[in-house]
Amino acid sequence: MGNGNLVVSSSPHIRSEETVQRIMLDVIIALLPAAVASVYFFGIGALMIMLVSIGAAVAAEAAIQKIRNKPVTINDGSAVITGLLLALTLPPSLPLWMAVAGAVVAIGIGKQVYGGLGCNPFNPALVGRAFLIVSFPVQMTTWTSPLDGVTCATLLGIKKLDGVTCATPLGLLKMEGVKTGYMELFLGNVGGSLGETSALLLILGGAYLIYRGVIDWRIPVSYLGTVAVLTLVLGHDPLFHLLAGGLMLGAFFMATDMVTTPLTRLGRIIFGIGAGVLVVIIRLYGGYPEGVLFSILLMNIFTPVIDKFIRPRIYGEVKAK
Amino acid sequence: MTFKPLTFKGGVHPPHNKHKTEHLALKKAKAPGMVIIPLQQHIGAPCEPLVKVGDEVKLGQKIGEPKGFVGAPVHSSVSGIVKAIEKRPHPGGGLVQSVIIESDGLDTLDESVKPIGRLEDLSADQIKNIMREAGLVGMGGATFPTQVKFSPPPDKKIDTVILNGAECEPYLTSDHRLMVERPEDVVKGIKAMMKAVNVDKGYIAIEENKPDAIKAVAEAAKGEQNIRVVTLKAKYPQGAEKQLIKACTGREVPSGGLPMDSGVIVNNVGTAAALACAIDTGMPLVERIVTVTGSGVKEPQNLIVRIGTPFAEVIEQCGGLEDNVGKIIQGGPMMGIAQYTTEVPVIKGTSGILILKEEDLGLRPELPCIKCAKCVDACPIGLMPTKLEGFAQKGMVKEAEEYNAVDCIECGSCSFVCPAKRPLVERIRLIKADILAERRKAKQA
Repeated sequence: MGNGNLVVSSSPHIRSEETVQRIMLDVIIALLPAAVASVYFFGIGALMIMLVSIGAAVAAEAAIQKIRNKPVTINDGSAVITGLLLALTLPPSLPLWMAVAGAVVAIGIGKQVYGGLGCNPFNPALVGRAFLIVSFPVQMTTWTSPLDGVTCATLLGIKKLDGVTCATPLGLLKMEGVKTGYMELFLGNVGGSLGETSALLLILGGAYLIYRGVIDWRIPVSYLGTVAVLTLVLGHDPLFHLLAGGLMLGAFFMATDMVTTPLTRLGRIIFGIGAGVLVVIIRLYGGYPEGVLFSILLMNIFTPVIDKFIRPRIYGEVKAK
Repeated sequence: MTFKPLTFKGGVHPPHNKHKTEHLALKKAKAPGMVIIPLQQHIGAPCEPLVKVGDEVKLGQKIGEPKGFVGAPVHSSVSGIVKAIEKRPHPGGGLVQSVIIESDGLDTLDESVKPIGRLEDLSADQIKNIMREAGLVGMGGATFPTQVKFSPPPDKKIDTVILNGAECEPYLTSDHRLMVERPEDVVKGIKAMMKAVNVDKGYIAIEENKPDAIKAVAEAAKGEQNIRVVTLKAKYPQGAEKQLIKACTGREVPSGGLPMDSGVIVNNVGTAAALACAIDTGMPLVERIVTVTGSGVKEPQNLIVRIGTPFAEVIEQCGGLEDNVGKIIQGGPMMGIAQYTTEVPVIKGTSGILILKEEDLGLRPELPCIKCAKCVDACPIGLMPTKLEGFAQKGMVKEAEEYNAVDCIECGSCSFVCPAKRPLVERIRLIKADILAERRKAKQA
């Protein structure tokens, strides 16, 4: 039988069920609890920011791909993630048009100029946030406290301004209705960006991604571990630093971005440690109260170098007899 | 006897899909009316035909003799008349000079086919000669001539023989059924092999998903002080030579070297059984076990098939094809070879005929690499497939060489796990060929 319809290709002839779309969907699923919580804490405004940011990111991706005569790939889900991640780093009171601008920059300058998915050296959402924070520093650091909407400062901000050395955050950091207990930090009842609030929900999401094999536990563990150890050694409260600010969001969802982090397990540990050191330096000695953004962007720069020098051990790398 | 199953680093877990045939007893396939015996069924030099068109041949008669040292003779699997000697489609690809024999249905035995004697009375050289004269090759699919494997240069000290009963390829159950039904042949085969190179360490390694085979072989090997039956973790590519050696002995074959560089010779359990059969009956390799399975065939089976039987005839005996067949593969789904026609014959390396429906092919468009590094984690050699693929696409031969592309064993684990469905190993094969071509050029210059 000469069958004209047989597919002839080289092996392997079967593929795993895993797809890029499924990975992206998993990330979105993992972000949902934190996203829902942000609406609970900050109200409908938070929802608007997320919708606008996602919409702008997806539209920007489609528009640029159309202009470049490339296939439109918005249904791979990556632009949705960029939009959502960016929104989660924004303050709830940010004017919506700024969120749009941030999302367009994230996709345009952060991703598409390099050739689109898989080619960008930096985490696109963080590029968008970096753009916003240097362009609109005031709006980007105007925080409202959850539930009642009173303008307040973030915990890290308070420390920076007052020079408080964080000996007992429980007693010290009470201001304008912001409670500062570990429990509040853990559950998310604090001022800050949309997604910076609840460490619990972010850890839950992160655990889901680790379980699904989407992210490597080595990055959050080495990142968070470094921050904890270093702040402890430098005489600060490690638990406060772990729970406050954007560290949890960054550790589980941004520093683990596959495209911009090293390929090897050891490389990812180096990445996590490097980012942890940078966060602590920026938080304790830098001009910004928060260092997660730049710690990850800076380590993104090192990713190609890490991949160049850290390679897996090759089977049979022994001398021939 | 509960040991932790032995294994290696990396690898993947494709669905086993062995349930359709793993409990089906071996069945003799109907003798074919016409056989196509390719003069090359092994790695190495092709054979010269020893017969002419019109000649009468007998079952087991040698009809092809290899021109070089690396090669294995071929034999007639029927008695009858040579109808033609011409190029025919070969399951390994391309057209290969083949002897076409019309069977007289009598299976008249050739005079050369007679019991050789007891293993105890045979010398190492006699055993090696039997390997050669029986036309034995690696029956797991690699088809390297067995006698050549057992003739290492004098400076290579061999101390271990491993029999590969891992059968880590999904779907295939031919080795499994052999071990369950003829374990004493397997044990006799390894004893002969150990005697051929005078070693006292033998392993028969079987994946943990074949407990009945482990039990049967362990039973048959009872009392053999020098033979250890070991359980391997069920993981692909556990049966790859290098991974098997690592799992059993903890040794690694040096990069660029052969198993003998680590003192080991690895053989498929089927090859061992064929050697036992050759010693007992004098019958050369004229038939083998073939698993016919997959979603595209009506009645999957484990058949004992004469070498030279066209695939079409084998498939016919398994109820024929289902509708909508997408691929017909010689061997397993991970490293088998896709066929464009079922006119190709079963050869010594045909461990299975896998027929997949179109919807099982997982044909999805290739997306950009998202650097998830699943391929890096899966590579059993420790390569970085995503990097090598990039080099391959850009023709960066030097860089690919520096990243050890030639160490790739082409197991396909990288392509299997890739969520972006990129043809990783497919492209790495191409750059490997380029590297080897450049090396040859450099040697000549």
